[in-house]
Amino acid sequence: MAVLSMTVNGKEVSTEAEDRTLLVNFLREQLRLTGTHIGCDTSQCGACVVHVDGKAVKACSMFAAQAEGARVTTIEGLAKDGKLHPVQEAFRDNHGLQCGFCTPGMIMTAVDMIRRNGVMDRDTIRHELEGNICRCTGYVNIVTAIEDAAKRMTAGEKAA
Amino acid sequence: MITYPFTYKRARSVAEAEALLKAAPDGKLLAGGQTLIAAMKMRLANPSDLIDISGIEELRHVRASGDAVVIGAGTTHYEVASSAVVAKAVPALAHLASLIGDPAVRHKGTLGGSVANNDPAADYPAAVLGLGATIRTSRRAIAADDFFQGMFATALEDGEIVTEISFPVPQKAAYRKFPNPASRYAMAGAFVARLKDGSIRVAITGAAPCVFRVPEMEAALAKSFTPEAVAGIAVDAAALNSDIHGSAEYRAHLVTVMAKRAVADAA
Repeated sequence: MAVLSMTVNGKEVSTEAEDRTLLVNFLREQLRLTGTHIGCDTSQCGACVVHVDGKAVKACSMFAAQAEGARVTTIEGLAKDGKLHPVQEAFRDNHGLQCGFCTPGMIMTAVDMIRRNGVMDRDTIRHELEGNICRCTGYVNIVTAIEDAAKRMTAGEKAA
Repeated sequence: MITYPFTYKRARSVAEAEALLKAAPDGKLLAGGQTLIAAMKMRLANPSDLIDISGIEELRHVRASGDAVVIGAGTTHYEVASSAVVAKAVPALAHLASLIGDPAVRHKGTLGGSVANNDPAADYPAAVLGLGATIRTSRRAIAADDFFQGMFATALEDGEIVTEISFPVPQKAAYRKFPNPASRYAMAGAFVARLKDGSIRVAITGAAPCVFRVPEMEAALAKSFTPEAVAGIAVDAAALNSDIHGSAEYRAHLVTVMAKRAVADAA
């Protein structure tokens, strides 16, 4: 048992947790940030993807103790001042979800891949999505949403 | 899934990691944790202590050094895949790193972790053996030919820590794998290289209990570095893995196909 301190969605948190607590359980159970989902628990589905120090990682495959002192962003931290993040907007506009269970992980992965690659072709987006599984509807609209979001964000940067 | 209890410790230097490891009844090093944590969650591993080495700066570097590229053991797959130094000196190595797992796994998993674990289907062992790299540890330097000793078995002694790997810059090299469609682990992967001294190395991962070289293919490629040279050479299926994903005969077939494709990419 140790007191863990980290910055989650811009807020300093400091909470006691067992050494064996996984980051995903820390976020969901201790901080009540239940937007980060547990789909498989074997590191395959990607529903638990969050950003640690700006990089997408699977929160089921690291211990909370490893994030001590780090900057963590979850799906709850993307919208700013009541306005959805452009990737969230693009998923809504392109029907990039059905049941929505995989969506938080898809969106966190998408934000990370756009940060690294900017505008991508569809093959690149599919390769980047290898760690995220959707069981509802397939990937066509997810890929379209990410393609659209990347264009919007790049255009936004140019305008700014 | 919850792991057995353990004590988590952070090491700030290789020396401190060695000391913590020595003091623990059954300690294990935690680098990227992308294999270890999964095994712990399945309760297949039950270390008393986890010594986190991911924050050790001296393990995280990529540098060109004469005719070699030296990569710190703590360098992530993502860092290798996106390194301009690696892309220039050994593009096949950067390409190999970009094929491991998925982006989130590549952000955490490390070169040293992959090589020390020596999973039969891991990608890095193919590059280490295929380039004849040197593994440097907290105690010594080990040639790739002596390092990989069997399924999940290496020349590493208790408490010995991989610190960096020196990869010779080849004349040409390429890696091709047939990934398992679900896990992305190699069903068979071939790393083919012609080194600067003209020697040829062919290393195969994923197909057998441990990465191995194919001397018949190396001899054929020394005469003619073309895909046709290896097209008729098959490895013995008797020594290969057979599981729900594929029979040994199927893997033997894949080995030849992947070797052919790797030669075509390199040539």
